[in-house]
Amino acid sequence: MSKGRILLGLTTIIVGLAAVAMVAANPVHHATVHSQSWSFTGFFGHFDHAQLRRGHQVYKDVCAGCHSMSLLAYRDLQDIGFTEDEVQALAAEVQVEDGPDDTGAMFERPGRASDRFKEPFPNEQAARAANNGAYPPDLSLIAKSRAGAGFLGYEGADYIHSLMVGYEEPPANVTLPEGMYYNHAFKGHQIAMPPPLSEDGVTYADGTQATLDQQAKDISAFLTWAAEGNLDERHRTGIKAVLFLVIFTLLAYAVKRRVWADVH
Amino acid sequence: MAAPVFKNPVIRWIDHRLPVFSYLHHEAYEYPTPKNLNYWWNFGSLAGVMLVVMIVTGLILAMQYTPHVDYAFNSVERIMRDVNWGWLLRYLHMNGASMFFIVVYIHIFRGLYFGSYKAPRELLWQIGVLIYLLMMATAFMGYVLPWGQMSFWGATVITNLFSAIPVIGDEIVTLLWGGFSVENPTLNRLFVLHFLLPFVILGAVVVHIIALHRFGSNNPLGIDTKGPQDTLPFHPYYTMKDMFGLGVFLLFYAFWVFWAPNALGDPVNYELANPLSTPEHIVPEWYYLPFYAILRSIPDKLLGVIAMGASIIILFFLPWLDRSPVRSGTFRPVFKWFFWILVFDCVILMFCGKYAPEAYWMPFSLEIVDADTFTARVAEVRGIAHDEALTAVGDMWGVNAAAGTFGIKIVRLGQLGTLYYFAYFLVVLPLLSIFERPRQVPLSISKPVLGGGQSVAHATAKSMEKA
Amino acid sequence: MADTTHGGPASGTRRDFMNLLVNSVAVFGAAAVAWPIISSLNPSQDVLALASTEVDLSQIEAGQSITVKWRGKPVFIRHRTPEEIKTAEGVDISSLRDPQPDGDRVEKPEWLIVVGVCTHLGCVPQGQKPSEPRGQFGGWFCPCHGSEYDTSGRIRRGPAPTNLEVPQYTFESDTLVKIG
Repeated sequence: MSKGRILLGLTTIIVGLAAVAMVAANPVHHATVHSQSWSFTGFFGHFDHAQLRRGHQVYKDVCAGCHSMSLLAYRDLQDIGFTEDEVQALAAEVQVEDGPDDTGAMFERPGRASDRFKEPFPNEQAARAANNGAYPPDLSLIAKSRAGAGFLGYEGADYIHSLMVGYEEPPANVTLPEGMYYNHAFKGHQIAMPPPLSEDGVTYADGTQATLDQQAKDISAFLTWAAEGNLDERHRTGIKAVLFLVIFTLLAYAVKRRVWADVH
Repeated sequence: MAAPVFKNPVIRWIDHRLPVFSYLHHEAYEYPTPKNLNYWWNFGSLAGVMLVVMIVTGLILAMQYTPHVDYAFNSVERIMRDVNWGWLLRYLHMNGASMFFIVVYIHIFRGLYFGSYKAPRELLWQIGVLIYLLMMATAFMGYVLPWGQMSFWGATVITNLFSAIPVIGDEIVTLLWGGFSVENPTLNRLFVLHFLLPFVILGAVVVHIIALHRFGSNNPLGIDTKGPQDTLPFHPYYTMKDMFGLGVFLLFYAFWVFWAPNALGDPVNYELANPLSTPEHIVPEWYYLPFYAILRSIPDKLLGVIAMGASIIILFFLPWLDRSPVRSGTFRPVFKWFFWILVFDCVILMFCGKYAPEAYWMPFSLEIVDADTFTARVAEVRGIAHDEALTAVGDMWGVNAAAGTFGIKIVRLGQLGTLYYFAYFLVVLPLLSIFERPRQVPLSISKPVLGGGQSVAHATAKSMEKA
Repeated sequence: MADTTHGGPASGTRRDFMNLLVNSVAVFGAAAVAWPIISSLNPSQDVLALASTEVDLSQIEAGQSITVKWRGKPVFIRHRTPEEIKTAEGVDISSLRDPQPDGDRVEKPEWLIVVGVCTHLGCVPQGQKPSEPRGQFGGWFCPCHGSEYDTSGRIRRGPAPTNLEVPQYTFESDTLVKIG
């Protein structure tokens, strides 16, 4: 096939991809998500552990009251720079149901590093009952499930950040039902979650000024780590794999050229 | 072609009794391959590599996966979080499906352009279509296993396609489910079949290769090899070329696995399946989108399913729909254009499958048409006022005066795409076989110079009859 | 072998070297891929995190044994009587198949803690309950192939090659032991 035709083929694909961007979206309920710059994007992107620890503090002090994080265990926190002792101390802050003991009864014991994050409600019904009928979703994978679709989609962290800072007074023509809040980042703009963050709502252990935006960024980064804790290792492995493959491909090309040199 | 002499006595001993080594030497080493194959011919071996990658990673993942509705989602997350290198194996497998389809689609379109389906390779082509069908089934079943929202609703929608069958449709769906909805028995059987089918594919690939080696590979000129001067032994010429191609392809694969592992999937699948709530926009994975668009183009349930099935079944009959004696599109000046329109059409269909049928694609600026005339025409056709027409969205066309654009309703675009898809196979190819005047085809691969004045197309047709 | 009728004889050694190089790189790549695959079969992080068990010893009378589950295997905890301790300590080490003094196998002489898996082929020896056979040496008797262990869990007769394994454990208090 000639170069011209390959070009035509590529153009076809590019036109097709570009077309994706041009579909008319429904403007009424369009959620606005603003992209931020994150330490974990890009080829060499990696998590900022200090930020993750701040984000964990926001989760623990603010979110954990309503939102479970059932896929994470306290031991996972060692990955973001907590020592083994600190993790054990964090785990021991909660009481975990265990058992049955020798008499057949369930009992409470202090949490261990191997325990999963304690859930705020025993089941969905209890969670709904305590939250005006709304179910606070589990946050383990929220950064992945709320990411924008496709290669050019926004990060899950972008969405969470936008949601955290997206509360505002409703426009004059909108009347909110009881217990609902106006948030321009939320689909439909009406959200049951009260604004969770406030200026200096938490006091950071590392002394960082806890502005609302700072907290929003930290919790977004933390939730990204919670959903995708292997990201650092993935990027590192990827760079090694690519270096290897580049060498392999160049060598294979050289050999191929040499082998084919005498073919006419 | 003489039996090779092996130096190693053990190999000689075995080969004398069980000639596997002779067979391998013959089929993978000295196998005479046309010497003019271009890089489009790399994709067959790449597909083989992808099959192996999928089987190996799948086997390892299956050792960690629990096919039960209460545990499936968490067992996949356990693989991602706790199993050593589990994230890598799972991302390789998950993105591997997309890579496999990319490779196979290029392989198929290569066959379509260079006429690889034509005599005497009809069965080779049909086995290939069968492999593709098996791949579609396997990929669908695999997608259900993580038991996310899209897994569950994808399974529900796809199995419900069978309810379109008259009279016994509902019974068939109940039978597929093993219950009254997609439930644990469904997940269990899909897991078993997802495990089994790749080995069926492997068997079909072996048959595909046997059929391939009967007449040897087609080539960009689409003419038969006339002797040793036209061919090269497979090794080292094509093994090395394939190695290079593999390196480039693996770099592409690595990019997705390591830097965009979830870009090809749907984010909603990271939510646990909820049988009580459907995600607001159900979309299949990208490799099914053209067929999904065809399904939705037909407003009738049964006819939609038939159209979707027919769009693949039609490929089985392709060797008899295209009667042109010239294989390669290179020598078919008119065919070429229709071929590239088909490629574009498939991209369009993919795009249509992605978006809600009632959405509008408005890429055209109102500046390129006379906006007033256009709006007046819309107003006239739909019997509405001029002002209304400015923001009108109709059954076919939509206008967005605020953005200054106009365009077409997705479902209509999909119908046009579907129409062309079928027309290409049922109308264009049969007619081209009769009316197209192919350019002159070279006499042989090693002598690309044209013979003096002789109608070579005719000669080729004759030699094909002999084959 | 690579040179056929089509491949010229020229630059043979250089080509061989290049072939060798690209093949070595390919083999290295295959090995690098094999590593994660094999590694994935090893215990996962959640399994490793559950690798310790705490046991309350306060309810176990002298002469009694209990079995607890640790890493999916039975661990025998025997509250040894003074006679059993004496017998265990009195054995002539040099006569043993797997020579080890009793003192090396216990933290506190009255508590013998061993993994209850016969070192022959992995069966669970009998002897935890008073009704079960303990073999000639008063320890445990493996019903599968007749290995007999003494009151220190050492192999004394039968096909097993080594003594019952002593797991890593620490006494958190006088009556609380953490295994693993």
